Amino acid sequence: MSSGAWWIRGRHHEHGPSRKVIDAMDSQHDSAPASRPPESSRSRTTLRVNGTPHTLTVDHRRVLLDLLREDLELAGAKKGCDHGQCGACTVLVDGRRVNSCLLFAVALDGCEITTVEGLAGDGEELHPVQRAFLDRDAFQCGYCTPGQICSAVGALAEAAAGHPSHVTDPAAPSGEPVTLDRDEIRERLSGNLCRCGAYPRIADAVEDVIP
Amino acid sequence: MTATDAVLGAPVERREGREKVTGTARYAAEFPAPGRAHAWPVPATVVRGRVTGVDTASALALPGVLAVLTHENAPRLGVPDDPTLAVLQDPRVPHRGWFVGVVVAETLEAARAGAAAVRITYDTEPHDVTLTASHSGAYVPESANGGFPAVTEQGDPDGALASSATRLDVEYRVPPLHNHPMEPHASTAHWDGDRLAVHCSSQGTTAVRKELARLFALPEDRITVRAEHVGGGFGSKGTPRPEVVLAAMAARETGRPVTLALPRRCLPAVVGHRAPTLHRLRLGADRGGRLTSLVHEVTTHTSRVKEFVEQAAVPARVMYAAPALRTAHRVAALDVPTPSWMRAPGECPGMYALESAMDELAAGLGVDPVELRIRNEPEREPDSGRPFSSRHLVECLREGARRFGWESRDPRPRSHEAGPLLIGSGVASATYPVLVSPCVASARALPDGGFLVRVNATDIGTGARTVLAQIAADALGARLDRVRVEVADSGIGFAPMAGGSSGTASWGSAVHQACVRLTGLLAEHSGPLPDEGVTAEADTSGTVDAESPFARHAFGAHFAEVAVDTVSGEVRVTRLLGVFAAGHILNARTARSQFIGGMTMGLGMALTEDSTVDPVFGDFVERDLASYHVPAHADVADVEAHWIDEEDDHLNPMGSKGIGEIGIVGSAAAVGNAVHHATGIRFRELPLTPDRVLTALLSHEHPAGMLGA
Repeated sequence: MSSGAWWIRGRHHEHGPSRKVIDAMDSQHDSAPASRPPESSRSRTTLRVNGTPHTLTVDHRRVLLDLLREDLELAGAKKGCDHGQCGACTVLVDGRRVNSCLLFAVALDGCEITTVEGLAGDGEELHPVQRAFLDRDAFQCGYCTPGQICSAVGALAEAAAGHPSHVTDPAAPSGEPVTLDRDEIRERLSGNLCRCGAYPRIADAVEDVIP
Repeated sequence: MTATDAVLGAPVERREGREKVTGTARYAAEFPAPGRAHAWPVPATVVRGRVTGVDTASALALPGVLAVLTHENAPRLGVPDDPTLAVLQDPRVPHRGWFVGVVVAETLEAARAGAAAVRITYDTEPHDVTLTASHSGAYVPESANGGFPAVTEQGDPDGALASSATRLDVEYRVPPLHNHPMEPHASTAHWDGDRLAVHCSSQGTTAVRKELARLFALPEDRITVRAEHVGGGFGSKGTPRPEVVLAAMAARETGRPVTLALPRRCLPAVVGHRAPTLHRLRLGADRGGRLTSLVHEVTTHTSRVKEFVEQAAVPARVMYAAPALRTAHRVAALDVPTPSWMRAPGECPGMYALESAMDELAAGLGVDPVELRIRNEPEREPDSGRPFSSRHLVECLREGARRFGWESRDPRPRSHEAGPLLIGSGVASATYPVLVSPCVASARALPDGGFLVRVNATDIGTGARTVLAQIAADALGARLDRVRVEVADSGIGFAPMAGGSSGTASWGSAVHQACVRLTGLLAEHSGPLPDEGVTAEADTSGTVDAESPFARHAFGAHFAEVAVDTVSGEVRVTRLLGVFAAGHILNARTARSQFIGGMTMGLGMALTEDSTVDPVFGDFVERDLASYHVPAHADVADVEAHWIDEEDDHLNPMGSKGIGEIGIVGSAAAVGNAVHHATGIRFRELPLTPDRVLTALLSHEHPAGMLGA
């Protein structure tokens, strides 16, 4: 993985007419002004989530996971530990997988977020990784599943872009796509815990969608 | 052949699968409502004592904080059946992590900050949290979990041991273990006048409703508990937990819907854990390996809040033909969090010890460990003398040995080296009882030709919705896609929880009976169905729970291959194979996932899962997923589950035994036995972490005094 916090940068997109403006504190209900954090601890932030821009006034303490779940009611990303230990909250930020519980939303101004709800696009058709998870019964309780799926999508892109992992042959040519065998799949998905123990099926599912 | 011939047993895709892979399945914390507030618990920071002062001023001054509840201002509740639910009722602190307050706020951030700002002062008392086999407070309880007698004895175990040709006397230790389902325990509560509606992450809504009714002094029909999707439980959600009480209390006090999702690090103290078990195993055998005496004695801990005794010596009452048999439990009540169910309570740690001892006996006698078990196959259940309804342990062992390639194994320990790796393989048996409880269900035929089946089952990831639809379709002679199933709502009627590997048998028996009745009603009916359809109901009270003249258990055999790294001390399980005899398998697809999931959790028990009660701070040290290592993808190489389809007419209409737990039972012993085969070293304490393994490898290579010389 890259060493810098590549996603923490202020980018300012042009927003189309579909842009939504939400005050993160006010979107829930009418609350007395005293119940809000002071202005100095909130900022207007624009995120593009699953293709739709959202401008929110965000409590600086709010992490991306809570913004998705509480402000945008996108509860697909799950809270398993809130500490970056389990991967259930994995989403894609500018195409790369992240633990959304570890990222302050306010630091993501201008970023493109893709959650499990946005993988398939608008149609009825599932994303190939979602389809493979269904076909392989690659889950039981389903709580880690959105994170596993987003993580798999991210891992496939990383391998295609030539990112090595701990188990990649050191002699492999730099920058060339990495072939994902089962060891590679397991290694690259090890940040996503599954207490139901669906791991062998998840590896099967990811193998199914390797181009 | 009709369309329904193959419905029972077919590998049907789980019904809620699409919701789960698209992120639309809703779990208990995911029900937003106008004005919904969030709650955050305040855990006690002392081990034993009393709260002497509560300062909530700085918490209440924080923006967004709505209320702080402690024992000083929380409403007085009725007396729950489970004393761990009597939260904020008195100043007593029975263990570190016990909840002494809850903060309600507009947002998660405000609730968290509020909880951190609450100041509690305590009077503390000396505490005792350390379990030892010779603990002076250890006593023999009246019964162990499941209602089993604490002590059983047949024959003269001591005399038989003394006169045995071969004797083994060994001790094993299993540390405390944590369930850690991926979804932390969570509840969303909403009061409408004197009606309470709750979304609860629970393995069974009937029990949750019952306790809420006691606590809030409400008739049960004013309470609705739903658990549409549950992110795992593994026993820890089998009973209501404090979060549902606090959420309901906070919602009532604030007049808001309230969600309380427990922070992960709070879980070990308040949702139960597998209690540590200290085992002493004594085996006596003749020269051929036939057991003459078996003594399994277990010491464990419980809390001072509630007695829970892990019934780890109980499987020895089922497994082998020993003419003299003693099994005994002792428990010490310590100032520790209250233990409870974790996947296969009793069987899981008990079989680790018994099956490790059987391996030691086999190694000592030079008998193949598969063969040793076959030689000790009993004709009847040793404890009760009842005949088995079906057993097939020998078939599981033989089939497993064949699939695993056991025959080509060199039985000599440390006989296979591959560079720095030592390779070995091991076997262990598994057992889990057949349990079943009464339940109600209804089946309705609709004018459009469809069917609606309602049963208050909970699908914690087992595929309950799916298999119940299969059972209904089979009983109705209907196409599977014409059967709709409604579950996980206390309003449907009473049902047992998803636990004890009994869900499918219990819910399924009621569904089957309702569907058979409906088929009868439809046969008598002529003309079109009325608009409301035709409904049949079933209540299996007094029938499914009748005493059986048969001993009913599932059995299995686990085989493991390990590679032990002599440089790092790391053990890797390169293969884990299980063969199970669990009646008819009703959905091959979801059943395989459950077996493999159980085996994987057993792999974690063997290699990585370790919890420690800190003697000074009095609580578990490993409270999160960074310090308590559940298996990750990279730990799980090759796990296979197979089964022997049993014909057993003494079970239930589906002919099924439970499958949720047996997968974990033999895993740890099979891995430990494989590590012995690989290294020649016997480890008797779990887990087999690199520090333990490397230390033992080094002292084996370099006897005491040689190291560092």
